[in-house]
Amino acid sequence: MKVHISATGIHMEADTSTPETAVPSSVPQPKDDFQEELVIRPLHSGDIYASFQFRTLWETDFMRGNKVSHYRLFPKSLGQVISKFSVRELHISFTQGYWRTMQWGQPFLPSPPGAELWVWFQDSVTDVDGTWKELTNVLSGIFCASLNFIDSTNTVQPSASFKPLGIGNVTDHSFLRYATLPREIVCTENLTPWKKLLPCGSKAGLAVLLKSEKLFHSSFHSQAVHIRPVCQDWQCKTTSWELRQTLNVVFDLHTPGQGKREWSLFKMFSRTLTEACPLASSSKIYIDITDNPQGEQFEVSPATPLLSQAMVLGDRRTFSVYDLTQQITFGTVRSLNLLIRWKSRDMLRPLLHGERYVAGYGLQTGEIHTLMYNNHPYRSFPVLLLDSVPWYLRLYIHTLTVASKGKDNKPSYIHYQPSKDRVRPHLLEMLVQLPPNSVTEVTVQFERALLKWTEYTPDPNHGFYVGSSVISSLVPSIVAMDTNSTREQPLFSSFFPCKEESSYFVRVYTEPLLVNLPTPDFSMPYNVICLTCTVVAVGYGSLYNLLTRSFQIDEPSPGLAKRIANIIRKMRGVPPL
Amino acid sequence: MAAPLTLLLIVAVTIRAALYRSSLADLISERVEVVSPLTAWKRVVEGLALLDLGVSPYSGDVFHETPLIIYFFHFLVDYAEITFMLADVITAVALYMTVKDYNKQVFRKQKYALEADRYPLDCLELIRSPKEMYYIPLKVAMFYLLNPFTILSCVAKSTCGLNNAVIALFILSTIKGNVLLSAVFLSLATYQSIYPLTLCAAALLYLMQRQYIPVNYRRASFWWFIAQYAFMYLGSLFVIVCLSFFLLGSWDYLPSVYGFILSVPDLTPNIGLFWYFFAEMFEHFRLFFLCVFQINVFFYTIPLSIKLKEHPVFLIFMQLAVISIFKSYPTVGDIALYLAFLPVWSHLHRFLRNIFLVSCVLLACSALFPVLWHLWIYAGSANSNFYYAITLLFNVAQILLVSDYFYAFLRREHHLTYGLYLKRKDGSEATLVLK
Repeated sequence: MKVHISATGIHMEADTSTPETAVPSSVPQPKDDFQEELVIRPLHSGDIYASFQFRTLWETDFMRGNKVSHYRLFPKSLGQVISKFSVRELHISFTQGYWRTMQWGQPFLPSPPGAELWVWFQDSVTDVDGTWKELTNVLSGIFCASLNFIDSTNTVQPSASFKPLGIGNVTDHSFLRYATLPREIVCTENLTPWKKLLPCGSKAGLAVLLKSEKLFHSSFHSQAVHIRPVCQDWQCKTTSWELRQTLNVVFDLHTPGQGKREWSLFKMFSRTLTEACPLASSSKIYIDITDNPQGEQFEVSPATPLLSQAMVLGDRRTFSVYDLTQQITFGTVRSLNLLIRWKSRDMLRPLLHGERYVAGYGLQTGEIHTLMYNNHPYRSFPVLLLDSVPWYLRLYIHTLTVASKGKDNKPSYIHYQPSKDRVRPHLLEMLVQLPPNSVTEVTVQFERALLKWTEYTPDPNHGFYVGSSVISSLVPSIVAMDTNSTREQPLFSSFFPCKEESSYFVRVYTEPLLVNLPTPDFSMPYNVICLTCTVVAVGYGSLYNLLTRSFQIDEPSPGLAKRIANIIRKMRGVPPL
Repeated sequence: MAAPLTLLLIVAVTIRAALYRSSLADLISERVEVVSPLTAWKRVVEGLALLDLGVSPYSGDVFHETPLIIYFFHFLVDYAEITFMLADVITAVALYMTVKDYNKQVFRKQKYALEADRYPLDCLELIRSPKEMYYIPLKVAMFYLLNPFTILSCVAKSTCGLNNAVIALFILSTIKGNVLLSAVFLSLATYQSIYPLTLCAAALLYLMQRQYIPVNYRRASFWWFIAQYAFMYLGSLFVIVCLSFFLLGSWDYLPSVYGFILSVPDLTPNIGLFWYFFAEMFEHFRLFFLCVFQINVFFYTIPLSIKLKEHPVFLIFMQLAVISIFKSYPTVGDIALYLAFLPVWSHLHRFLRNIFLVSCVLLACSALFPVLWHLWIYAGSANSNFYYAITLLFNVAQILLVSDYFYAFLRREHHLTYGLYLKRKDGSEATLVLK
């Protein structure tokens, strides 16, 4: 729904796919057209590449004194920038991360890390440098980026590399300016104004997928705006202005967790699609299935009959197409969550697994939790847990609890050696029987000590490390192990001696812990010594006064003359005044 | 007077029982102002658990209580709450009986002095009457039992309550004139924490005066009494130490308990002066300042006993205060013991100079301790300096309180000898200064 304020009053316009406005006005409105598309390409390294493009074509002319006042799909802020600064072409990109060409292939739209801006000005501009400076400041405000750092120290005029991408047969490169800010960081603050430039905003169509908490949790993120004049037809009788907003993102295989190779729109963007942008004439999703012609590597669901082929970057690629303007794409659930699932064999689930973490808050106390997982479906086996905790985390062994499946599980053997301050750490060894298919939780409380100021590391607020717990066990084996140690065996299978056929030795290390200790103020040793000694001296002084002095009546001291006279009289042996 | 005392005991026990049942008990037993590494109940339980595991509690650095506490709580660990409430009750009753006896003696001495016409005429208003002294024992018991510091210490099950009970029994037996019991309780108190050793001077002075032995180092009877007392004291100390040895069959507890008190290796924050001082000490000077601070506690004994040889009970009060302020791991339970004596000197109120300031500072600091601890340890917005500053202020206020009472006491004695309204040589009103 768009609200227009024009000379004839306020009009509300319902969604329409035909670009012609239904508002009667004196001047025929130029045609504008909006298309959106998303390309998803699984990369060979296991990552996934998603590329959004939003294109607005407008048959208007910002130049030649034409005052454009009625904006519809084209964003007004950019239109005013083009007309005010007489811009012929504008290309700006913000990128986080570096595109790894050898692992990922070629991107559809390349961009350097940081911010990049290159602009071709019209011939009518007299002071290009001044206009460039003003333009960078205005763009800095529009995109909430610090483009105002672009000045003459990082601007160049390339003579051959950046020819205009739109129409224009310009050879005078004095109207071209190119600048990059490699240090510029991209974040939600830059994404939000970029999304606002879209006709549907982030409310409908493909732009609903652009959620910043997922987009910035990726290996590569790049958003760009490209404005250029293009030909309407192959004869180039009329020109229109094209605005392309592109967003390229590469999601890391390991980021979503679980390690199972499966991608879905919900997993990547935490949203699914429910409708196309009503203002868009075309809204499509392309999934690159060139590497999967018979469907043997991965399968895409929901299946789609539409296929398309395209020549891009020197390669003929095949795509499955999802047309969002068709209602049947969304199916009965009225939402589209594309799923790409790889077919692979499940790995052998490890039978013994350990995790450890610190619970509690504040710098006084805490709790160490060690979790031991027994993933065997029906066999239980005993494990030996070894914990070595440094002396400055004072463990309270009476708070030790071992619980499996919610019930108390008493260890059959406990060896505990308490720590001695600054001499040795705590040693706790336990033999615990792990029930089948269960999690056993060992918890023990501790208290954090305040150390002497010289005992802290140079970065005391980083915390102190606690070494990993060691879980050793003979795990039951499905296949019979080879107990013959004299036979020729490869080195990787002969490290741990194998005594019996039905089990093998396993040692699991948990995570190390990082624990913060309370710190004194390191700048204060002299001050502390002075202040504390002052307090002790106050005590000493008051008690000394009261112990060594006695009460006397306070006689006013006589004047100076009398005192001198008294001294003389004392010398003479005469009684004083 | 038994009825009001019984009522007071019932009220006190009710408050403590109510707090034990509430969720505050866990919170209070974690507070560093109330428990220290020496007195924490968590550490007693830990020591008993280590003993159950077959490991000596003294092989680690968590347990610093004496073996007698292990003996004691091995059987009573399930009745811990009743034990600590009983300890508080014993302390209060002991202090009550002490002060009652002491008041009788004060009044008797005053009567003899009045009959001998030893007081100047104008200081009759300083003379104390039985009516004014009647409620003092009850007030002392109330000051101890209903003091928030004592209640917190009891609810946290800090063994400081037991130490206070032993010291109170020592004071009671001294006041009653029982030399043997006094020596036994003093050795028990010294065995628990070393510092009550300084109270022996006060006990000796009092007992000698009670038995009319002249306090004169040239007399043989003086040294003979000291020898008797020392023999009884050392004998009972020897017995207790040997009993402790036989508990675990080793002398490990000596460095763990007494070495710990004297060498202060654990720098857990508390309300005292030691922790931050030794956390920020240059290594080179550590031993020197450790000796200085420990000597500081014992150092005031001889000068105070020389000055206060006629007033041994006030000397006991001063000594208890000095120990509570300057010991290595003080807690609010130690402070509560000497604060309980303040009603005994309530007649000094006209000579106190700083009492308003001191009480305001003490109240403010008590309120600020938990706030700044929370800001440092939990919120992370303050640092250790804030807590340290309040520690300094709290100790300065205590020192001012004690020296104020000392000043008032000495001044009253001076007036009783020279008269209340003193005049200068030219007849105008005089001011007294210390010179």
